[in-house]
Amino acid sequence: MKWIDFARPHTVEEAVGLLTERGDRARPLAGGTDLIVQLRTGVHDPDHVVDIKMIPELNELSVCSEEGLTLGAAVPCYRIYNDADVAAQYPAVVDAASIIGGTQIQGRASFGGNLCNAVPSADTIPAMIALGACANIAGPNGNRCVPIEDFCTGVRENVLGPGELLVSINFPAPAANSGARYQRFIPRNEMDIAVVGVGAGVTLNDGCFESVRVSLAAVAPTPLFVTEINDELAGKEVNDENIAKAGEIARDAAKPITDMRGTIEYRKHLCDIMTRRVLNDAVTRARGGHIDAH
Amino acid sequence: MPTKSYVQTTINGEMVEILAEPRQSLLEVLRDTLQLTGAKEGCNDGNCGACTVNMDGRIVCSCLVLGVEADGACIDTIEGMATPEGLHPLQVSFLENAALQCGICTPGFLISSKALLEQNPNPTEHEIRWWLANNLCRCTGYDKIVRAVMDAADRMQAQEA
Repeated sequence: MKWIDFARPHTVEEAVGLLTERGDRARPLAGGTDLIVQLRTGVHDPDHVVDIKMIPELNELSVCSEEGLTLGAAVPCYRIYNDADVAAQYPAVVDAASIIGGTQIQGRASFGGNLCNAVPSADTIPAMIALGACANIAGPNGNRCVPIEDFCTGVRENVLGPGELLVSINFPAPAANSGARYQRFIPRNEMDIAVVGVGAGVTLNDGCFESVRVSLAAVAPTPLFVTEINDELAGKEVNDENIAKAGEIARDAAKPITDMRGTIEYRKHLCDIMTRRVLNDAVTRARGGHIDAH
Repeated sequence: MPTKSYVQTTINGEMVEILAEPRQSLLEVLRDTLQLTGAKEGCNDGNCGACTVNMDGRIVCSCLVLGVEADGACIDTIEGMATPEGLHPLQVSFLENAALQCGICTPGFLISSKALLEQNPNPTEHEIRWWLANNLCRCTGYDKIVRAVMDAADRMQAQEA
């Protein structure tokens, strides 16, 4: 690995100052499970690594009835799935946190890092989109909040401008009669990269869908937010026929490529099947039923 | 001119001061600077778990931690597992159940298994396999490792009873 300089700021202001001053020669370090591999293989070539794990806001994990779940950008997966409030109120977050890498990776890897890394197959992003989460960003020109569906702009590209730092992710408090689920398809049981990933969040009203948020991973350059499913299902009855329609819409919305993990046809087929499964699980959770994370 | 960083860390209960280059992984610091060569380099990208160490109570791949991040942390490695009184029950179980062949993966499996039994003293086979998914073994086919962990759990619970 080439020489890097290392800094450990203790405040958001200090981190933004360092990132602004050093521009694209600096990269923030959270769990390092992507970044350190990328430094070693030359995917990224920074001169400065800024460890953001000493900053309190980046380590925040809090659940409250008004503001929902605030997840600091550096909070590792194990803290997320071991948190009783997250497990009770945001099981779709636990779905994603508990299948990323293995135990060692989950000891360090964060939702913030997964989001900023912005690969199409990222497991956390469909779950965040399904739950209507927002990215809180600090920068030299102030703070802003970006919906997760607008965060990734291309393969390994995101909306962060010069000097900007992802501070936290906010998930709104769950609505009554709502439920969400994330699942990915992999040919193994664990330790793999999604062939297709699907996140779904539903709010029900008297046997009907009130709103439906479905997001697909690994079938386009960025995670897809399939708003057409909400257009079709909102106000309609929860039944197999309508859930099958959602699967068809997901299949048509997917724009996958053929690669070593699957062909275009296979991935489109999986979008249909997985969307139906995940919607059924989200409905079960919305009705108070339990679905295991994995 | 680049400078090394001063790092003060606790390794296997002992305070250690070192100068580390920020580009060095914790694995490189352990092996090359401190001559603690129990943790192994397998894949060097977080897949194989041969470099597993315990950092502040959590298992991590030391190839995916910078040595400078160890400043202020508590690190436990395989070198600290046995005591002057004898081997850890997991080490005894691995030997008696023939849970190793070439041995490269063994320090990682032992550190991972120890962390599992500390938080879940009586794991099911499924829980053991799920927890150890980040440790690869190309010799044993895993069955003997899983049996050794279950056997160690029984021994440790019998010791406590």
